[in-house]
Amino acid sequence: MIGILNSFLRIGRMLGAKTQTRGYPEEKPVLPPRYRARIILTRDPDGQERCVACNLCAAVCPVDCIDVVKAETEDGHWYPETFRINFARCIFCGFCEEACPTSAIQLTPDFELADYARGSLVYDKEHLTIAGEGKHPGYRYWDIAGKAKTEAEAAPVDVRDLLP
Amino acid sequence: MTARIELNGRWVDATEGRDLLSTCLENGVDVPHFCWHGALGSVGACRLCAVRVYSGPDDTMGRIEMSCMTPVRDGMRVEVEDAEAGRFRAHVIEWLMLNHPHDCAVCEEGGACHLQDMTVATGHRNRRSDAPKRTHARQDLGPFLTHEMNRCIACYRCVRFYRDYAGGHDFNVFGAHDRVWFGRAEAGALDSPFAGNLAEICPTGVFDDKPWSQHYARPWDMTETPAICTHCSVGCNITLHERAGTLRKVQNRYHGAINRFFLCDRGRFGPWFVDAPGRITAPRHNGADVTPDGALAIARQAVANGAIGIGSPRASLEANFALREMVGPDRFFAGISDAEVAQVARMLAILQSTPASIATIKDFESADAALVLGEDLTATAPRAALALRQAARGAEKALAGEKGVPDWLDQAVRVAGEGRRSPIALVTPLPDALDDAASHPLRRAPDQVAAFGFAVAAALRGEAAEPEAMAVAAALAQASAPLLVAGLGLSRAEPAEALAAIAAALGAKARIALFPPEANSFGLALLSPKGGLESALAANPAPLIVLENDLFQRADPAAVNALLSRAPLTIALDCLDTATTARAGLVLPVASMAEATGTYVNHEGRAQRSLAARRPTDSAPAAWRVLSQIGGLFANNARLDDVLARLATKIATLAGAATAAPLADAMPPVARAPESYSGRTAHDLAGRVAAGTLPQTDPDSGMGWSMEGRRGADVPPALSTGPHRPGMHSVSAAYAAQTTIGGPLKGGDPGALLLVKTETPGQALTDPSPKGDGLRWLPLHTPFSASETDHASPPLAARAPATQLLLHPDDAARLGLMAGAQALVDGQPCAARVTLDACMPRGWVGLTAPRGRSHLVTLGAAP
Repeated sequence: MIGILNSFLRIGRMLGAKTQTRGYPEEKPVLPPRYRARIILTRDPDGQERCVACNLCAAVCPVDCIDVVKAETEDGHWYPETFRINFARCIFCGFCEEACPTSAIQLTPDFELADYARGSLVYDKEHLTIAGEGKHPGYRYWDIAGKAKTEAEAAPVDVRDLLP
Repeated sequence: MTARIELNGRWVDATEGRDLLSTCLENGVDVPHFCWHGALGSVGACRLCAVRVYSGPDDTMGRIEMSCMTPVRDGMRVEVEDAEAGRFRAHVIEWLMLNHPHDCAVCEEGGACHLQDMTVATGHRNRRSDAPKRTHARQDLGPFLTHEMNRCIACYRCVRFYRDYAGGHDFNVFGAHDRVWFGRAEAGALDSPFAGNLAEICPTGVFDDKPWSQHYARPWDMTETPAICTHCSVGCNITLHERAGTLRKVQNRYHGAINRFFLCDRGRFGPWFVDAPGRITAPRHNGADVTPDGALAIARQAVANGAIGIGSPRASLEANFALREMVGPDRFFAGISDAEVAQVARMLAILQSTPASIATIKDFESADAALVLGEDLTATAPRAALALRQAARGAEKALAGEKGVPDWLDQAVRVAGEGRRSPIALVTPLPDALDDAASHPLRRAPDQVAAFGFAVAAALRGEAAEPEAMAVAAALAQASAPLLVAGLGLSRAEPAEALAAIAAALGAKARIALFPPEANSFGLALLSPKGGLESALAANPAPLIVLENDLFQRADPAAVNALLSRAPLTIALDCLDTATTARAGLVLPVASMAEATGTYVNHEGRAQRSLAARRPTDSAPAAWRVLSQIGGLFANNARLDDVLARLATKIATLAGAATAAPLADAMPPVARAPESYSGRTAHDLAGRVAAGTLPQTDPDSGMGWSMEGRRGADVPPALSTGPHRPGMHSVSAAYAAQTTIGGPLKGGDPGALLLVKTETPGQALTDPSPKGDGLRWLPLHTPFSASETDHASPPLAARAPATQLLLHPDDAARLGLMAGAQALVDGQPCAARVTLDACMPRGWVGLTAPRGRSHLVTLGAAP
């Protein structure tokens, strides 16, 4: 009997409480920037695509939903010829972002990815790439990679020089 | 002499005086190393293999020693995991990484890199120095290799391999102290036909496979399939790496008796023909596309009243056997000249009846005297030439051994050995690539080569002979394991006959190797074809079935033209467009070696199974399946094992072919894909590949197409996808699969030896000497191109030298031809310009041309 009255009391108290339900989709939720949803490919400060097609995101992906195919420019820079994510499989774990050595791949708070056709959940490079730098402004992988020639690098040694 | 040593607290048997590093690796203890290599020995340059060594039970201090430079002593105690030794190795790695770029993400080697493995193993993470990294210029090294010198850690393996092991000259180390640079004096393709091995020798990403880089997938993202190289008769073992239906990389697969650590460039870059633009994808009838069913109906109708089958030394044993079954043994001919059929059959007879043992490629390296009769070995069997180079160092090692220097101490052996060379006689018509390794580089005209061999045999029997033959005979007689090598490079049978005579005189201590022209020449010969193309021409006219063979590459064009023009219908089964498929009425696409499992018989009579690296397409099944569909030979769901079972009942000598690899259903499948194969679900459920519709097991091989199945050490060597394992992802992991470093594989070297010794010597062959006007043909060979599959491989085609026409200046003067002139060969303009060469024998013309020519060459000046 007391239990029943307690229940009425607790329910009655909630009658005056502020409602938690949001009017989504009219009212959009405010999510923290580190929320893990739609995956993007970012660009470096010069507007060049950051992805170097190293395949680490594909390797770490627990559901194997990323496929990257490498291509190479004349001066030895790698870039992805294909970058494909199957969002029908993606579990938004964020491992790809952690594995990425170039900060190219990032997860964003945009979670509105639902679609009626599975085929349209396969995103290619042109669907993933954004114009900006995302969460890591100012980072250029090629400055520290030491493969292709950049200003940050020392001049090549002269092999004919025998001085100490 | 055996010794007992305590290795990481475990007592193991070892060989006294052998290097400690090899001993550790053979006992399953991974000691980090860079400059040491199983085939190159120890130089003690990198200091990474440091371990703590205690002299005996009374030694409590011990000392840090480089295990590659330390001989094993009885009773010694070795601690690899010692804390101080570990710190020492971590420091070495830190020094090496000071200048190594931070670019694993954009390095092809990343994921299968020895430096990466060693760095992770020692725990090095952060570079403590802020100094700028030294950088190097890159160089274009041609179509085979990439060059990125910034990654170099100066282990010197590349120059040690290229110059010391492979005898190359155009690659070296330049510069001084910490600025040393490895490359060519000028940019350009490397001369050596073994340059591709630099991609595997380099423990980091300085040299990498260029076709792989251009068709790149990460090492863990490719399926790996054991295959056999089909580009010469040596039969090297290779691994084909595939992803998304295309070939990505060809890598050496260790075989203890054949290729061991190295491949030639023809083998490494030849298989790229499987993705060449010239692949046939759909059946054609009189030049127009037909449906596969329509094509089969035409073929069935055409062959209903019998057909002539033309087999191929390029095709697998199963495909040739299916053709033989279809047309009957009496109408089965080899797609080579009659002369070559007889010569190859005679080679087999010699190998079976000689008292000498049949030499494996590994036997080449331990020979203490050698005679090569007439063969341009570097071009016709390149891996054998590389092994022969090592035989030359035998005397040097013996002398060093007398002075107490063990043979693994590479640099010391070179000093103590005083440059002494084992006797190697090279009897060839032209200067040879092996001349610098030969003690007797002798030049004889092609028809005099065998005469020299018979003179050596006479000298061995105690008869008088020319002085040079006496000297060679003396060297062979003194040797404990003399090696005799010949082939069909000159398209002549007599050099092999001469070797048979020499082997008879030397007795059982001799080793003999006879190289037929192609990967399955011996397999085709063991199927006993009724003859070659000339014999096929003599048979009653009937529809022709040409199996995987561009006849114009293998026989006289006149005979081929005659045969093709009189056949009511020519049915060509091939994977590539060739001159023969262009002439055929019906062209049926078949699987290439990358999509068809098959058996090939190499020069020692070893049947080896080459496995399909990818699923065949519906339009191009394996050739034996197409033939079975035309002739109704096997059930629709027949497997390769069924073909081999019938082969064993029909031809007893080939029964062993079935045992070349385990039966397809003998065990759970072996996984082709590595455990971390990625991207499997990037495409599925999107309407592109229906999930679950592709078969996951391969009916022909006992391997699965997916990453599910067995892998690693419990896989039989014939199905092995590679020895890499967690912590050891690079080719350096191969040592763990060997019983001893450089020895046979654990589980036995794959393949089945088919040849059995017989007592009957058989009928000797003699070469006809053509009469009439004209010059005699001296075939020229190149290591980079031998058959139509080589011509179709894009990297090989980019590297292959231009065709050549060599003439002695006297002959040229007589014919009125100048150097660089355009010549008419048999009335046809020749692609090659005339080159004058005083080394050419008079009366002969050196010409890069398809084999099978029997008549004289008429040369004239082009108008």
